[in-house]
Amino acid sequence: MEELINVVDWSRAQFALTAIYHWLFVPLTLGLGIIVAIMETIYWKSRDEKWLATTKFWMLLFGINFAIGVATGIILEFEFGTNWSNYSWFVGDIFGAPLAIEGILAFFMESTFIAVMFFGWKKVSPKFHLASTWLTAIGASISALWILVANAWMQHPVGMEFNPETMRNEMVDFWAIVTSPMAVYKFFHTVFSGWALAGVFVVGISGWMLLKKRNVEHSFRSLKVGAAVGFAGILITILTGDGSAITVARHQPMKLAALEGLYDGNHGQDLVAVGILNADKVPGDNIEPYHFEISIPYGLSVLATHDPNAFVPGINDLIEGRSFTPDGTPVNTVSYAERIARGKQAQQTLKLFNEAREAGNQATADSLRMVLKNDFQYFGYGFFDKPEDIVPNVPLTFYSFRVMVVIGGLLFVFLLAALVFAYKRHLLEGKSWEKWFYRLAILCIPLVYLCSVSGWVVAEVGRQPWTIQDLMPNHVAISDINAGYVQTTFFIFAVIFTTLLIADICIMRKQISKKSKENLDSAKL
Amino acid sequence: MKPATNLKKNLFQRIWLFYADGFKNMTVGKTLWAIILIKLFIMFAILKLFFFPDFLSSQSDTEEGKASYVRNEFIQRT
Repeated sequence: MEELINVVDWSRAQFALTAIYHWLFVPLTLGLGIIVAIMETIYWKSRDEKWLATTKFWMLLFGINFAIGVATGIILEFEFGTNWSNYSWFVGDIFGAPLAIEGILAFFMESTFIAVMFFGWKKVSPKFHLASTWLTAIGASISALWILVANAWMQHPVGMEFNPETMRNEMVDFWAIVTSPMAVYKFFHTVFSGWALAGVFVVGISGWMLLKKRNVEHSFRSLKVGAAVGFAGILITILTGDGSAITVARHQPMKLAALEGLYDGNHGQDLVAVGILNADKVPGDNIEPYHFEISIPYGLSVLATHDPNAFVPGINDLIEGRSFTPDGTPVNTVSYAERIARGKQAQQTLKLFNEAREAGNQATADSLRMVLKNDFQYFGYGFFDKPEDIVPNVPLTFYSFRVMVVIGGLLFVFLLAALVFAYKRHLLEGKSWEKWFYRLAILCIPLVYLCSVSGWVVAEVGRQPWTIQDLMPNHVAISDINAGYVQTTFFIFAVIFTTLLIADICIMRKQISKKSKENLDSAKL
Repeated sequence: MKPATNLKKNLFQRIWLFYADGFKNMTVGKTLWAIILIKLFIMFAILKLFFFPDFLSSQSDTEEGKASYVRNEFIQRT
């Protein structure tokens, strides 16, 4: 068992490492693609070569990021097949179909048109070139859609039926999977956060050039588009974050309780704005959950239901079987102890099904299949012995959520200011705060990445210990492999991805520095 | 009017030239392509081949055998 836990921990660490590195490249591709397409549209309409120069500058950085980041996600699929083989088998075509669509349609669309985007300036008509740039940007978002649909299904499994014969979840309703609220909010929240990230990136690089007094007009042109896309991105990210919170409250109330460090819920529940958690706190004890806290009255009730007086359950409530309806009315549901018992019952049924099958007793197997169907929603709980094991890491979820929200809030204000300064230059140029604003713009680049990664930490750590919510915990999803083996590949990946990241930063830095010294107010096709 | 085969050939030739010219005129792109190719080589020729085999295929060659293996894994990990 200890070996299995080791394999789970190392495999999770490896997946987290590769997913986080992969995610450093993806949001910039998603957002910068749109920014470049808008810049080229302005050039196409105005035929102003200044806009052509600006478009080409950001297209170069887009290309560097795309080239370094491309295929880093394939590593995750390697890990599914080797480290997480039980999971890969169990998810069946639910995961296979979206990933296949992603590979065939979106990736090929992206890779076809990106060639026209970079090689086609003199070879195709300006209109076709512009269309290719937009299709590359849209293709990147369509790629993200299918990956996010698959991820959303793991958070809230819908549209499938478990077949104990094949041991797979078989898709019965494709549209239920694609249009699940979890998938819809996740897609918009994630893709528009990419816009915000790319907007901050463009504003930050432009700020650096303005600080150095290089290509001032080009920098302000960039600022206009970057800040506008970034602000639209952060605004929609915040709005869809609100929808995501309601979806999480409905389908993953334990995640909501964990990200708030809430053990005992109430009507009109406050939201902790700033706080330090008591690390000794465990479910069911009488210790105070916080050493210190500043709360927003009724905040969590509003966040979870839009009703300030609504009841929001805490970790202890959920374990005991007290939950809430979507409008915030308390409701008694199945306690975790009962879920564990019913999960074990479902697993016993699976065992009997297996025996009946092997004995060739098809009639018994068929009737057991129906019995299993009744308790399948609690199937995963049967792999645990006590409810406390089904609670995520509260401190990591709690602090990551605050990092995401606080930085996100700061970026909202920053991008709004950048947008105002871009269009009202007299409010910035020559003022005492001019240089400070440019320095802040540069500082916001690492901050926006931290914010983006924190969002994923909340989403993924908050749903632990599940690989698939309520159905499959990590220690069942994992393959029966050696921990040392996973450790070795963990360090190989750490080296490869760190090298790629360093290469990305160095090549970008070199090109930004070089191009910033050239005249970016004129360009030829 | 040109025969269809000539049109087809021209189309392929044009696509070939499009890419050939594009690659020939690259500046930063050459470094990036070198990184992409090295990365893909490491990923597919080393990592996939030696470190990331298909685990279930090593347990059984058939779909039924794999399902049976996973079912037993589930039962044993209860």
